[in-house]
Amino acid sequence: MTHDDLDRDILRALYADASQPASQLGRKFGLSQPAMWRRIKRLEDAGIIKGRALLLDADKVGFGVTVFLGVKLATKGRVSLEDFERAVSAIPEVQTVEHVLGLYDYRLRVVARDLADFERVLRRRVMTLPGVGNVEANVLLSEERRPGPI
Amino acid sequence: MLDSDARAILRHLQIDPTLTAPDLAELTGLTTGKVTRRLEKLAVDGIIQGQVAVIDWAALGYAVQVALRITLDKTVSRAFDDFLIAARRVPEVLEIQTFLGRVDVRLSLVARDLPHYQQIYREQVLTLPHIADIEALMTVAEIKSDRVLPL
Repeated sequence: MTHDDLDRDILRALYADASQPASQLGRKFGLSQPAMWRRIKRLEDAGIIKGRALLLDADKVGFGVTVFLGVKLATKGRVSLEDFERAVSAIPEVQTVEHVLGLYDYRLRVVARDLADFERVLRRRVMTLPGVGNVEANVLLSEERRPGPI
Repeated sequence: MLDSDARAILRHLQIDPTLTAPDLAELTGLTTGKVTRRLEKLAVDGIIQGQVAVIDWAALGYAVQVALRITLDKTVSRAFDDFLIAARRVPEVLEIQTFLGRVDVRLSLVARDLPHYQQIYREQVLTLPHIADIEALMTVAEIKSDRVLPL
């Protein structure tokens, strides 16, 4: 699939705000509602738009703390990565799990109600995972999403 | 704090933000009118901040995703501000996060391939102001990425 400038404009608009209906987006870019709908559908079918995400204020719904954990596995080879990945993904407070190359093996985004709650998640759920070795925690202070190279 | 109705609505909406008020009414057992009013209130209260498209950067031609963990020179009083202003000018940066911990700032960036990454790293990252140390983590695979809050 080739992308023209209009595809990029649409993608940029939806990456910033996906709540606008196809009719409204169409008016912005001079397309009819069905034509815009087909464009968006094409971006979805090509897998470029993977889905939609709801942006919630985590603090206001009671999750005052977000922590990024760098996890190093202690016993590589003896513990299967799949077992670790399955177990860590099942923890509800763990929002994202990335397998990374570098100082750590995995990078986790963890939410908690407060620091005491984070300590509970870390001790009871993360440190008890199969094969966990060294863990580094960094508490998130601020976060901004950039438009990216669209 | 959320009551049980709001919690039920958000639980479904987090999984699929395209659900309409009638869809949500059917899933939660609330009336459509009630769901509509709750959604409006959640938006007014700033709890629902919006909805965005999730982009597969690899499908768009950006095969390389790297997280740069940066320590700043804190002896400079404007280190954070100067750094953040300059980092926002790098187009390939997707996320900027600041931390309390061993790492001060994390930049998440994408590149078309490794030569492109090397070019961004040398020309646009290493030239950012007040960097004391940088560590790079390259993403091999995203195992879980839904970012759903356990409401």
